[in-house]
Amino acid sequence: MHASVRQAVSVNITPPVTTGASRETAAPAAMRMTISNVNFWYGAKQTLFDINLGIATSKVTALIGPSGCGKSTLLRTLDRMHETVRNARLEGEILLDGKNILAQDVTLLRRRIGMVFQRPNPFPKSIFENVAYGLRINGSKIPIAEAVEKSLRHAALWDEVKDHLHKSAYELSGGQQQRLCIARALAVEPEVLLLDEPCSALDPISTAKIEELLVQLKDLCTIITVTHNMQQAARISDFTAFLLTGQLIEFSPTPQLFTKPSDPRTEAYITGRFG
Amino acid sequence: MERHFERDLNELKERLLWMGSLGERAVHQAVHAVLEADEQLAKRVLDEEDAINELQLEIDDRVVQLLALHQLMAIDLRFVLAVSRINNDLERIGDQAVNIAQAAQRILRHPRVKPYVDLPRMSELAEEMVRNALNAVVRRDVDLAQKVLATDDQVDQYRDQIFRELLTYMMGDSSVVFPAFELILVAKNLERIGDHATNIAEDVIYIVQGQDIRHPTVDRR
Amino acid sequence: MNARLRWRKFVSNFMLTMTGVCALVSVAVLFFILGCLVYQGGTSINWDFFTKLPVPVGETGGGMANAIVGTGELLLLATLFGVPIGFFGAIYLAEFSGSTTAFVVRYAADLLNGVPSIVIGIFAYAVAVAPFKHFSTYAGGFALGMMMIPITLRSTEEFLLAVPRTLREGAMALGASKWKTIATVIVPAAYRGILTAVLLAVARVAGETAPLLFTAFGNTYWSRGLKDATASLPAVIYSYALSPYEDWHRQAWAAGLVLLVLVLVINIVARGILSRGISVPRS
Repeated sequence: MHASVRQAVSVNITPPVTTGASRETAAPAAMRMTISNVNFWYGAKQTLFDINLGIATSKVTALIGPSGCGKSTLLRTLDRMHETVRNARLEGEILLDGKNILAQDVTLLRRRIGMVFQRPNPFPKSIFENVAYGLRINGSKIPIAEAVEKSLRHAALWDEVKDHLHKSAYELSGGQQQRLCIARALAVEPEVLLLDEPCSALDPISTAKIEELLVQLKDLCTIITVTHNMQQAARISDFTAFLLTGQLIEFSPTPQLFTKPSDPRTEAYITGRFG
Repeated sequence: MERHFERDLNELKERLLWMGSLGERAVHQAVHAVLEADEQLAKRVLDEEDAINELQLEIDDRVVQLLALHQLMAIDLRFVLAVSRINNDLERIGDQAVNIAQAAQRILRHPRVKPYVDLPRMSELAEEMVRNALNAVVRRDVDLAQKVLATDDQVDQYRDQIFRELLTYMMGDSSVVFPAFELILVAKNLERIGDHATNIAEDVIYIVQGQDIRHPTVDRR
Repeated sequence: MNARLRWRKFVSNFMLTMTGVCALVSVAVLFFILGCLVYQGGTSINWDFFTKLPVPVGETGGGMANAIVGTGELLLLATLFGVPIGFFGAIYLAEFSGSTTAFVVRYAADLLNGVPSIVIGIFAYAVAVAPFKHFSTYAGGFALGMMMIPITLRSTEEFLLAVPRTLREGAMALGASKWKTIATVIVPAAYRGILTAVLLAVARVAGETAPLLFTAFGNTYWSRGLKDATASLPAVIYSYALSPYEDWHRQAWAAGLVLLVLVLVINIVARGILSRGISVPRS
């Protein structure tokens, strides 16, 4: 909006239009998910203690903390992936749009909450079939080719693969494979997308591309990401939750948590004094 | 690839330039309040001071946030740090304008000491320095910044000239001491405004070239 | 000093030579056998060999068409019986079982693998021949199939387990049920290995003679159907080799050659499939 040559000063000048702070600073409006009094055990060992957390709709929420603090564990409870492990036990309530996910059919749930993993894990199929997989197994009525293109565009991968849709997914680079996994997850139009350290196996340029992608995707779906890289959380998230040995220490809007954290342990962690 | 923090950087620049526009206007109005003995104009400057101060707080907040949330490097880092300094200089320029306006209010109660000759020229130069400094920030124009630095000497000379001249008047006629003294202070304010504009120009050179040219006599080795 | 050094050098060279010779012998044995078979039986391989039935004792000519077809039928039946059991059993082990059940099942399968083939033969006789009072191709297929079960089971299980956990998680995270995951992701990812395992199992049982002696028994003519006894290459080699007839000896060599070539081809094809790339790259 600014001109590169400024007008001569006059008495009546109008202020430029700005959007204000580009990140959320006030209290969030709608909660897409609510985590209430969640406790978690692996066998006899308790790894999550009394977690209470609200995930705001169409925002990026980041979970940070040192290794072993339980952030990945917590993320996996959100689409009940913890149930694939034998002696995992969960107590408490996790609500999606007000309804407890623990009481619903798990395969239906996982269509509404998608997950992207730390290492890219495309199936040994073509690029097209990877993205179409979710649609096919859910017996979707949407025309598949269109849906695949839409997903690949959302994942900023379409231009790079549109002429090679039938090549094996393994021919893509690491960063492309991860975007493919994102496209695959997006194909079933989930309401929430969970990402478990999505960039930790990638180089800096791929990481930057995926970070920008996530910031744009929040209009499509609510995003929750675990990251051990707190600078990444600072760059892209609207809200950040800091966990330590299974407890939620602080949960605030990101600008606030990184400039004026309320708990000294949070401050010690983000200033790099431990962890 | 455009990064989302570039939006935040652009907004920071917009707010700074807006603050600069307000500051420029304040100086212009304050000086004309003196030159034309215009009470309304003086009052307007005092009313608009708050807006400038609010912007200073807002810009500082934005700076802190940008530094905390984004690992800014190279020119982005220098830019944000420079904005923090320019912010302060602009606020001081605003304060000096207020001082001039207040002096105007006091002066107009007295008859004019002498025809204003040097004062308008000095104020034009000072305003031009501020305007050029802000343009240099927008365009990242090092040459324009250098021009501002070169003009500072002239402004200083004007201040000395006005000082000597008014001193002579005061020694000749004690009834004009009060308004003449105020005019000397106005010249001083204008000189300070020039200095702040110089600071802004130095910051522009820092942003673009990464060189800190303040205090050239200090040995940097 | 010098003597010690010379001694060490001597020992080193001796060991190098000896180990090299042993390695060479290991390879040479295969070629020796092959060469021997080609030499002895190569002359008897002709079109008649593959198309004609055996002629009565004393006459020359004739072939082994019934034995070749018989072996084919037996292997097909064995595969149809043993592979599905091994395959689905492996799926259970890899995907559903707890660690104690898995341990028990694997152990039992390994033991079954070690059961002498003649014992399998007797068992198959008791179960599939005696109650029906006649030998049959079905019984032979049953015996061979039982031998294929443990091989198929263990190999398939290994290849299923080799599919990375992240693939399973990826499918489940998209809302696939356990069975859909297995059918659409895991098995396709492991299919090369599984195919190889099946082929190797077939190659392994193709040459088993002892179980067939009590089940399919043998037949000098075409078998009249799967309920009938049938000739097979291993059984024919056995009986021809023990006979006093020169002609039959030559034919036994030829049958041995055909059998060996069959087994070698299956092995080579199987390894070729496997080496064209495991379906899932190890990351």
